Amino acid sequence: MTRRAVARTLVYLSLVLAAVVVLLPLGVVFLTSLKTENETANDGGALTLPRDPLNFDNYVTAFQDGGMLAAFGNTAFILLISVGGTVLIGSMTAYAIDRFTFRFRKLVVALFLIAALVPGVTTQVATFQIVHSVGLFDTRWAPIALYMGTDIVSIYIFLQFVRSIPISLDEAARLDGANAFTIYRRIIFPLLKPAIATVVIVKGIAVYNDFYIPFLYMPSQDLGVISTSLFRFKGPYAAHWETISAGAVLVILPTLIVFLVLQKYIYNGFMRGATR
Amino acid sequence: MTDTTEKADFRAVAPALKSAAPRRAPRRARTWRLVTPWLFLLAPLALLITFTYAPIANMVAYSFTDWDGVSPELHYTGAENYEELFTREDLFQVFWVSGYYLAASAVQIVAALYFATVLSFNLRFRNFFKGVLFFPSLVNGVAIGFVFLYFFQDGGTLDTVLGLFGYDTDHAWLGTPFSANTSLAGVSIWRYLGMNFVLFLGAIQSIPGELYEASELDGANRWHQFRYIILPGIKPVLTLTVILSVSGSLSAFEIPYIMTGGATGTETFVIQTVKLAFQFNKTGLASAAAVVLLLIILLVTWVQRRLVPDDRVDLV
Repeated sequence: MTRRAVARTLVYLSLVLAAVVVLLPLGVVFLTSLKTENETANDGGALTLPRDPLNFDNYVTAFQDGGMLAAFGNTAFILLISVGGTVLIGSMTAYAIDRFTFRFRKLVVALFLIAALVPGVTTQVATFQIVHSVGLFDTRWAPIALYMGTDIVSIYIFLQFVRSIPISLDEAARLDGANAFTIYRRIIFPLLKPAIATVVIVKGIAVYNDFYIPFLYMPSQDLGVISTSLFRFKGPYAAHWETISAGAVLVILPTLIVFLVLQKYIYNGFMRGATR
Repeated sequence: MTDTTEKADFRAVAPALKSAAPRRAPRRARTWRLVTPWLFLLAPLALLITFTYAPIANMVAYSFTDWDGVSPELHYTGAENYEELFTREDLFQVFWVSGYYLAASAVQIVAALYFATVLSFNLRFRNFFKGVLFFPSLVNGVAIGFVFLYFFQDGGTLDTVLGLFGYDTDHAWLGTPFSANTSLAGVSIWRYLGMNFVLFLGAIQSIPGELYEASELDGANRWHQFRYIILPGIKPVLTLTVILSVSGSLSAFEIPYIMTGGATGTETFVIQTVKLAFQFNKTGLASAAAVVLLLIILLVTWVQRRLVPDDRVDLV
């Protein structure tokens, strides 16, 4: 029995160690964000507590001079439209593929399937030229179009759900005189709620955190999203760790709140999204 | 009550009516029926072709030219770009950097497997540990980059912690290629471990509990349970994770780009491609690099599909 107790202790020890490894870097940055310029420059010790734990000056700097306020606005705009669009496009595609038999159906399915294998990072060299030629470069519509157009995972998720909706519901509605659009809008779409929740969570977090696409397609200062605006802190605040830290905390905080509130849905969402 | 029975009756006659309907339908309704699915697919297909297939086609075409991405002039150069890619040592060295990330993925998968197994049993504060381990995978990459720049900074978090244990060091963690790449790969473990862990945990928890009970009656210990119940039970997820890690290691970008910008020998394949294309205007060469990466990733995926026939991807 003692051997078991030792094993148990070791397991807890490993878990506590892992928790420290995860939380310490984040905690230190939080502490730093509350320090004054002098404190970070002279005191040295990264683990020391800030003298004034209610010193929010750095946050004000990050928000105003760092342009984080505008960045949150841009992120929200892109997030809302691209997530909404992804839900619409994904559910429409799934409905069309699952509920209709038409010519070239297999070809269409294959096109979506193969596209799922192509990682977006590899094709940006050429995507860039296309975005440029259709005049979307350096507008907020570039990331929106890319997020909506290249998300195959959500189509998978919707397809699984559409399949589980009995066809007899469609048929009953059709007898009542409903056409395909009414069926999609009134029957299929409302029944897709769990899938919509999954897609909104997975896609929402991906869009919120994305750096690559806004970095490539929206170089203008005033089009910064949270990732790119935070990235720009690197220049002007190079040695000002307290400001950079405040910016990082500002970006992490919404994620933390969403995670704490929606934990269960987030775990399920990612499980469904990854093992599609 | 009456409502439900009515609906049931409705459904029973539905098939009969359906077979009669098309015969009576006028031609306009028939064409309408043919067009309907395409109306639903119009926008998705347009986006798919514009932003996935057209770029791939263009990319392959560019890769055989010396185009700079701006000028109207371009020349066909045959396989020259590919030759340059594999023979110029400074271009080829990014593949070695991927090695660090590959090694890190191996560590990451083993650790994720360990934590998933441990936390699949009933433990105190289980949800807390689960949440803490998973949280990093939700955090913004730029924020992570800055958090760890401060972590590895001279006199930063790491040095301070080591100082607490009496190990004073002025080692520049991001100063030499080996140290920098190891540090960056470590950050990548910190970031992605949670995602693997949660996937493994989900797979383990979907294994029926009776199996453990039965094995305990047969005198199996925890190791036996892991070896003969858990491991086979999560094999599909495990293989998927391995494949994703391989392609993830090859396309590592955010963490090294944000933290070092590719300096001190930390340039990865994607950083190099981005620089070639957007800084040095070598669209042709960058396209060739991207094509090579794409082919490698497709190859890896193909191997995975051969190893684990995935019954869930039966869309057709």
